[in-house]
Amino acid sequence: MIELKNLTKTFRVPAGELVALRDINLTVNDGEIFGIIGLSGAGKSTLVRCINLLERPDCGEVLIDGKNLLTMKEKELLETRRSIGMIFQGFCLLEQRTVIGNICFPLEIAGVKKQEAKARAEELLSLVGLTEKAKAYPSQLSGGQKQRVAIARALATRPKYLLCDEATSALDPTTTNSILALLQEINRTLGVTIVVITHEMDVIDRICHRVAVIDKSEIQEIGEVSDVFTSPKSEIAKELILPSVKAVGQIKGGKKLRLVFDGESAFLPVVSDLVLDCRVPVNILAAETKEIDGKAFGQILLGLPDDDRMCARAEAWLQTNRITYFEEA
Amino acid sequence: MMISEITKQLWDNGILQLGVWETIYMTLLSTLFAYIIGLPLGVLLHVTSPGGIKPVKWLNAILGFIVNIFRSIPFIILMVAMLPVAKFTVGTSMGNKAMIVMLVIAAAPYVARMVESSLKEVPEGTVEAAQAMGTPTFTLITKVLIPESKPSLITGAVISMVTILGYSAMAGTIGGTGLGQIAVSWGYQRSHSDVIWICVLLTIVIVQIIQEIGTRIARATDKRIKQ
Ligand SMILES: Nc1ncnc2c1ncn2[C@@H]1O[C@H](COP(=O)(O)OP(=O)(O)OP(=O)(O)O)[C@@H](O)[C@H]1O
Ligand SMILES: [Mg+2]
Repeated sequence: MIELKNLTKTFRVPAGELVALRDINLTVNDGEIFGIIGLSGAGKSTLVRCINLLERPDCGEVLIDGKNLLTMKEKELLETRRSIGMIFQGFCLLEQRTVIGNICFPLEIAGVKKQEAKARAEELLSLVGLTEKAKAYPSQLSGGQKQRVAIARALATRPKYLLCDEATSALDPTTTNSILALLQEINRTLGVTIVVITHEMDVIDRICHRVAVIDKSEIQEIGEVSDVFTSPKSEIAKELILPSVKAVGQIKGGKKLRLVFDGESAFLPVVSDLVLDCRVPVNILAAETKEIDGKAFGQILLGLPDDDRMCARAEAWLQTNRITYFEEA
Repeated sequence: MMISEITKQLWDNGILQLGVWETIYMTLLSTLFAYIIGLPLGVLLHVTSPGGIKPVKWLNAILGFIVNIFRSIPFIILMVAMLPVAKFTVGTSMGNKAMIVMLVIAAAPYVARMVESSLKEVPEGTVEAAQAMGTPTFTLITKVLIPESKPSLITGAVISMVTILGYSAMAGTIGGTGLGQIAVSWGYQRSHSDVIWICVLLTIVIVQIIQEIGTRIARATDKRIKQ
């Protein structure tokens, strides 16, 4: 378990002091994929770097499995860091070492015998699907391949935790998907607890179980991804999650209803049934539909005709079918 | 230009050949010792700098100050000033042994700055990734900083070597041997300009060879270059 308690971090800058993190409290449970989302400069990187003390917070506590990193001696801290893997946006591989040499690096540091390290590295290479690139140098790899090597390297010492700081931000959508799938597989098969930093809602959506939304150096909202998705409370969360829906809300016309799907029902039958049963023509103004953990979540914004009786009919139908909806102003 | 009798004699008596050999030998040996001192010094300068992997403000300030002082004294003055040091360390202030001591004193601070700037080229992220893996400071230096900047360090060594070769020629004016000394005593003092030009030519050839070999080694070791 990773626990951050009352974490505050201030940077000294020429203009004075810059508060990068203010009173951060959060817990990452074992076995989950925890997302941290926020806009650029929100403090995401600083937050994740505080977890392995690449950045030392001014005050607060960083507890890994109940042990406070901030009070540890140097040696103990180095040991603890070996149980926390980390990958970066820029991959950060050793350019003068081969792929296999890169993966062996953390094992060398941990004092693993050469032969043993090589065997372990080969095992990891096959896990990330790069066996044939063992002797290549990073300069000969694509971005996606580099990130796979970085993941293999981060997992070499069998860490319990894996921190990912914008691990897919430098990659194209297809490569991003394959890396996210790999992270998910690592979480499921190896039981590694993963902390994912991103500014893309899609990344959270695809693989995270819980999410913290950070803005202006503070955590604004924290919860199950499905909850935050269906009913974002903070302004920033709404902005990040429902950008398109929000924009459409401004269209003038008849009554607008926001249908909320919480994983109980599918999307399409609801809308078509509503239309067929009530004989009410509807306009789909916006739809944000997601699949999370195999269940359907999302929202559909329906524009109803400017007709009171038709609206009443539609609302009655939604109520009897137990579909959650809100009337939009 | 006419090749005078004296040049022919210098060649036939093997004086020029010996000069070439002595120049090379002094340069190589001085570079070696300059690196034995300058490499750790450069590493220390980099590591203790603000934002380095182990910032130590006072140590960095002191080292930086000393290096700057030595670097700002013109070589010829530094050499004369350091004659007593040569006498103290190798027992004489004359001859090649003493010259090597002075070359090393003059070149080590230069080498330190060279090394420091090479290490600076290693991306911060690479070092941080290693830190995140729990790499101790010393291992960070030996397994990350130095190997990752190896091509740049080699390039730096070539530049340093050429500089030291230049210094060694100057050492010829105050009791060293080699091409510099031949150019001064046979060419300048006895007014045989062709001797000077022969020495210049030989020096250029040596520099070119050092440069060529060095660049090749640097390129061959750099794994960032796509084959
Ligand atoms: N070493 C530093 N020195 C001074 N200020 C810093 C330092 N690191 C971060 N900051 C500042 O702290 C704030 C938060 O930075 P951080 O890198 O955590 O943001 P981020 O959410 O990761 O942004 P991005 O999505 O762009 O990576 C920013 O205003 C940044 O300028
Ligand atoms: Mg960041």
